Amino acid sequence: MNQHIALSMHGVTKVFHKNGRRSWPWQSKAAGSTPDGPQEITAIDSASLVVKRGEILGVLGANGSGKSTLIRLISTLLIPDGGTIEVFGHDSLKDEMAIKRLINRVSVDAALFKKLSALENLSYAARLYGLNPRRAQEKAIAILKQLGIEPDRVRSPLEDMSRGMQQKVAIARALLTTPILLLLDEPTTGLDPRSKREVQGFVLRMRETHDTTVLLTTHDMDEADRLCDRIAILSDGKIVALDTPDGLKGIVERTNGHEPTMEEVFMTLTGKRLVNGEEDVEDTQGMSVGSTTP
Amino acid sequence: MSAINRELRVTYAFVERNFNLVKRYWGWEVVWLCYSIVNALSITFIGKASGSITGQPMTQRQTDEVILFLLLGTLVWHYLAVVFDCVSEMIAWERWEGTIEYTFMAPVSRFTHMIGSTVFSLVYGLLHTGIILLVVALFFDLDLSRANLAGATMVLMAGSASFVGLGIMASVMPLLFPERGAQMTHVVKASVLLVSGVYYPISVLPEWMQSVAAISPATYVLQGVRSALIEGARSGHLLGFVWPLIIIGAVTVPVGVLVFRACERYAKRTGKLKRNG
Repeated sequence: MNQHIALSMHGVTKVFHKNGRRSWPWQSKAAGSTPDGPQEITAIDSASLVVKRGEILGVLGANGSGKSTLIRLISTLLIPDGGTIEVFGHDSLKDEMAIKRLINRVSVDAALFKKLSALENLSYAARLYGLNPRRAQEKAIAILKQLGIEPDRVRSPLEDMSRGMQQKVAIARALLTTPILLLLDEPTTGLDPRSKREVQGFVLRMRETHDTTVLLTTHDMDEADRLCDRIAILSDGKIVALDTPDGLKGIVERTNGHEPTMEEVFMTLTGKRLVNGEEDVEDTQGMSVGSTTP
Repeated sequence: MSAINRELRVTYAFVERNFNLVKRYWGWEVVWLCYSIVNALSITFIGKASGSITGQPMTQRQTDEVILFLLLGTLVWHYLAVVFDCVSEMIAWERWEGTIEYTFMAPVSRFTHMIGSTVFSLVYGLLHTGIILLVVALFFDLDLSRANLAGATMVLMAGSASFVGLGIMASVMPLLFPERGAQMTHVVKASVLLVSGVYYPISVLPEWMQSVAAISPATYVLQGVRSALIEGARSGHLLGFVWPLIIIGAVTVPVGVLVFRACERYAKRTGKLKRNG
């Protein structure tokens, strides 16, 4: 087992079937499509990547590009149709429980019991992960405080909190279990700028103090640029580029005499894919593009 | 920390979480308890009125027996239904709250998850039924002087295992059908209610229904509890009701766990965990 590799994916594919229909091996490919549209949706298409221990890898992609599916596959909530996923050498199909002990995930919607308080939600999480409840409670209060939730709020039902505060509780829940692979699926969506900064700072501290590896999906280009060591760009389930932020910027030509922003990089790289035949979306930047292979 | 300690802690996570939810949904709990008490009283009053309804003169003892027959049917069914609901709703609750993915991602075996839900269901079911019994006892002069309480408890506990197994099987419905799966579990419960002799002896049922009653665990629980509390049957005699329950439980629980595992795998293959009903 290579302890320096946190995550490795090889040729991972995930296809969803509308209305649960699956095409049988003897059916022709045309059977996968009806007047209502395609019956098969390839959410992840032969995706391969390797994430080193302690690395923060960003995944950028438009809505529906497959980011959340990718996170669900790694967190064992989906079974891949093809390819392999290993987390610290544990195969996602054979060693599901071992992976679950190493990871935690924050999704875009704070998946919490809204009637319960922050402390009750965190106490539940602590017990699920086998933590000492008393020590976990002290730690939970400390994490919540660092994220800007004062101790006098931790016993109120979450439904009385703003969406942003609920999201902070979800982040605190993930951090409470000190995962060595943290999967963040648009964690700062819906947070105000100050809260975003607090969460981003906490993620960086997690990496420094606990050697946590982070896989972060986001729509926030600045966030990706600021936090990530490398960024993968996902388009229609395919990883179309994977490099450091500077490396990606280097792919795209300078325009108007300035270095391209991450947003320009994203638009160019995903636009190139789209212009090349999959969807009728114009390349708004009109730039030439270098190599996009990982 | 030993593996057993860890599993106990995880089991308690579900018990504590469910009691916290009960505490937070206290308004609903009060309404549900009131409804259950009123329901039990209404059915038991039918027993008290049986002489008036039929126009046949009945002795006080006969009337009391009818009252006890109906009351025990109501209480036992309430307990079994609560156990079944708590276990079968373990997925429906998570769907409703939007936490299903989080719980399924946690390093918890599904068996431990089910044990936690079961422990909660037994404690909650006993508490709920006990409160109803206390209130109903104020309205009726119940003669339990001959009752074998220990024997009745033994039968009830043996029957709980079968209902846990049925609950586990029914809980796959919300897993497979995110939108209406929770409602589908009621079909299982209603069918058991129909054939098991909750409010009437199964001898009044058509013959084919009596055959179905023979495989319903509720039939044995009700007959056993009535024998223990009305007739004061000794524990040795009650074993005749306990053995079928142990056999049914020994089949339904492992089959339920296997069915659940297969359906969980299916849900993970098709992406059904993601959607909240």
